[in-house]
Amino acid sequence: MSATLAKGINSFKEVIDTPIASFFSSCVHCGLCAEACLFYTETGDAKYTPIHKLEPLRRVWQQEYTLFGKLGKTLGLSKPVTDAELEAWEPLVYDSCTLCGRCAMVCPVGNDLTYMIRKMREGMAASGHAPEDLVGATTRAVTIGSPMGIKWPAVLAQIKHVQNETGIEVPVEKEGAYYLVLMSSMEIINFPEYLSALSRIFKQTGVSWTLAQDAFEATNSGIQIGASDLAREIVSRIVVAAERLKVKCVISPECGHAFTALRWEGPNLIGRPFGFEVKHILEVLDELHTAGRLKTKGKDKRPLTYHDPCQIARRGGVVEQPRRLLNEVASDFREMPDAGVMNWCCGGGGGVSANSRAEPLRLQVFKHKKEQIEATGTQTLITACANCRIVMEEGLEHHHMKVEVIGLTELLAQYLVEDNTP
Amino acid sequence: MNHLDLLTFARGDALNWALILFAAGVVLRLFEIFGLGRKADLAKPRTNSPGSGWRTVFTRSLPPQGLLKREPVTYVGGYVFHLGLFATILFFAPHIEFFDDLFGISWPNLPSALVDASAVASIVALCVLLAHRITNPVKRMLSGFGDYLAWALTLLPLLTGYLAFHHLLFEYTLMLSLHLFSVELLLVLLPFTKLFHTFSVFISRWYNGDIFGRKGTAS
Amino acid sequence: MKQTDFPKVLQGTVGEGLEQRGITRREFLKFCTALTAMLALPPSMASVMAEAIAKARRQSVIWLSFQECTGCTESITRSHSPTLETLIFDLISLDYHHTLQAASAEAAELARTQAMQDNAGKYLLIVDGSIPMGNPGYSTIAGISNYDMLVETAKGAAAIVAVGTCATYGGLPKADPNPTGAVAVSDIIKDKPIINVPGCPPIPVVMTGVLAHFLTFGSIPELDDLGRPKSFYGETIHDRCYRRPFYDQGKFAQTFDDEAARMGWCLFKLGCKGPVTYNACATTKWNDGTSFPIQSGHGCIGCSEPNFWDAGPLYKALSMPVSATASMLGAAAVAGAAAGVAITWHNHSNKASAKAAHEKVTPQELLREDK
Repeated sequence: MSATLAKGINSFKEVIDTPIASFFSSCVHCGLCAEACLFYTETGDAKYTPIHKLEPLRRVWQQEYTLFGKLGKTLGLSKPVTDAELEAWEPLVYDSCTLCGRCAMVCPVGNDLTYMIRKMREGMAASGHAPEDLVGATTRAVTIGSPMGIKWPAVLAQIKHVQNETGIEVPVEKEGAYYLVLMSSMEIINFPEYLSALSRIFKQTGVSWTLAQDAFEATNSGIQIGASDLAREIVSRIVVAAERLKVKCVISPECGHAFTALRWEGPNLIGRPFGFEVKHILEVLDELHTAGRLKTKGKDKRPLTYHDPCQIARRGGVVEQPRRLLNEVASDFREMPDAGVMNWCCGGGGGVSANSRAEPLRLQVFKHKKEQIEATGTQTLITACANCRIVMEEGLEHHHMKVEVIGLTELLAQYLVEDNTP
Repeated sequence: MNHLDLLTFARGDALNWALILFAAGVVLRLFEIFGLGRKADLAKPRTNSPGSGWRTVFTRSLPPQGLLKREPVTYVGGYVFHLGLFATILFFAPHIEFFDDLFGISWPNLPSALVDASAVASIVALCVLLAHRITNPVKRMLSGFGDYLAWALTLLPLLTGYLAFHHLLFEYTLMLSLHLFSVELLLVLLPFTKLFHTFSVFISRWYNGDIFGRKGTAS
Repeated sequence: MKQTDFPKVLQGTVGEGLEQRGITRREFLKFCTALTAMLALPPSMASVMAEAIAKARRQSVIWLSFQECTGCTESITRSHSPTLETLIFDLISLDYHHTLQAASAEAAELARTQAMQDNAGKYLLIVDGSIPMGNPGYSTIAGISNYDMLVETAKGAAAIVAVGTCATYGGLPKADPNPTGAVAVSDIIKDKPIINVPGCPPIPVVMTGVLAHFLTFGSIPELDDLGRPKSFYGETIHDRCYRRPFYDQGKFAQTFDDEAARMGWCLFKLGCKGPVTYNACATTKWNDGTSFPIQSGHGCIGCSEPNFWDAGPLYKALSMPVSATASMLGAAAVAGAAAGVAITWHNHSNKASAKAAHEKVTPQELLREDK
């Protein structure tokens, strides 16, 4: 069984709905979406114009679902979508789009281009026109359990390490716990500080939580490659575990697309609402802080700034929470230009960081984040997405910048008031 | 055919067919869009969200942060063109009479000199926007026959109206007929070109506000 | 010689007639000066015109009335005697005119045919009323159809003046559905110069001005492409209307005799066709310059234009549709909805079959075998 062009076109036909039809009908070719897109503004290459990335999908819409388009097709007057075209469009749809959503915020006629790119990827994947690296990551996510191939024993090793460090037990498979905690591969491998910070915070605030042995991975490559069938399989593991352990809420970790996959796409993928809540760790920490349960002492003296991960802020609605938390532990918190809902993408979301072909482009467009950071005059950058973290560390190195990147949970834990604090 | 007969035709049969094709075309296109449906969103929306689909229908008319500085020509040109166009169509007394006759509704008119100025502003804006479309690399890459056709369809009623009002180019009755024909052409083609955004913008903006609103970030 | 005397008065001339009536040269020159101005001729032409008219032999004029209401005759002869317009008619020899002639029956027809014979090639033919082509019996005079009489009488005419919108363009009888098959003079006569003097009816002095031109120069005045003298029909009512400032300011009467109407505001909304009507009403006016329809509070109905009766309802503003209605739009929307339902059904089944054809994506199927 193989991917075929027919399957791809079929997928295009499946995903086109009223919103997409209204978006294509309304587009007046004003080009403003390009001015919001990191990949256009930092390269000046018009082919990165977001609506242009959607051209094959638009033609399928026109030829299949409009009267004159259908007439044109019947009379042989229209240009069909071909493999060659999809091959040419692959880098546009995957390498130069992180699903960051800025274009959707600026389009004067209200087009949600991110929504459309996400749906277009269904056809790209089904026709075999997704990047090789993403295919690999998705395959590993489905067959092994995580895109980087991590299995439970590796996680267990990290857990033991964290328990030794903190002296706190990390609960596993605790039925009836309030929260099910998920992690991203990035955290497991690169940022174990997250888990130790979480342990300490939850111990101090008296939160009941647990990990699940068969559902520790939060990320969803299926979302990024755009194969809902696979995304469904991946997200189902979490749902099954959450229901098995009868938790009230599942916490999505410091990862952008994991939050999108679980919080917004999850119920739609499995075809029913969740019986539990889904929250980003920042939301949970903010709630604990507002309730007075999370206490900190002292403030970080370094001037620091915050990068809003796209899927958490603009596409997730978690904008004020990190700021409230940061103001507790930072004495010199400086907002970068365009901070908040219109912040600029790190350049590596939506599968771009896993795509080695896209690396040169990604490093090139990091220029904008560099300028944003330089405008603040800080050398400490806080964020709440492990993928942003890694991407920015690589970008900073490439652009020879001496800026440290820290996760927000980790920073909070540094100033946590714990019972054994003098 | 003498000029008055041509005008009677333009006001009569030609207008009737144009209006019929326009109404039928708009309704057809709306069915084409709505008929596809949208799957219900099973994810729980945020409850404290200040935005919504309906709000974005209006707020999306404002430039978002940073964009006005990046693309002043598109925004300023767009505003001047649209506002000038609406002022010309909706506040010129003879036009209000048209709507009154057809729909039984009317409203106060502006002095003709003001409407004249709006039409001129609109025409100038259209010319500036065309120049921009041809010279700006993004717009040039995106633009095709449909864009230039839409530009001409929009310019002609404004231009012929201006020429008729000022008794320029052709004899008045003939110029008036040309004005009506240009409007009729626009009506017939509007539903099947990007000019349909006249109607679909409300739909697309609504969905944008709805989708972002569920997440708490509608704008 | 007294200033008031004519240089030399000849027998059987117009000058003789004027002298007999006691019209002074000054009075006559004043009249010619006014006429010269109205014809848009240089002031120096006034004395030339006076000389020429005085010397002119009384012109033979045959007036044929076809499918008409006699309004044109009423207008032209609506004399406020003594006026100089009336005198001009004494200066021509009106050899045949249904309303004004004393003779009737065979005697009348004899007068016509005699005049045609005596003045062959030189008489002026004036026509009012349209000519029915549907059936010759619709309008006859002494058993002769209008068509036959026109063709016969036109043969020896020097020129033809079609008076009134019926004769110039078909007028009221030609209005939809045109039961008599009415046509204009110019639709039948193709080989004689025709001056169209439209109006329903035309303004009296427009008529006399055209005649004076012919008497003076023996030629046709400059005509527009509808055959009308440019000096009287060169401008639209709108462009010479005294209420124009109100139009420009956007001040309109909404209904007859409302406050705005009483203040003399523009009558565009009440259906005034001034912008598309070429005539001299706004400058020359009616009843010796007393008033014209707009001044009296009624919009222009466009009566000097071809087919004005069929150019949309009289009380619908020019910018209103002639016949479109909201229910027409409603019906069109319903038709669009029907087409929309059909296309939705098609789109639905298209999408459904795409969904049915969906093959579940597995990791293996993310790759192309043929790559």
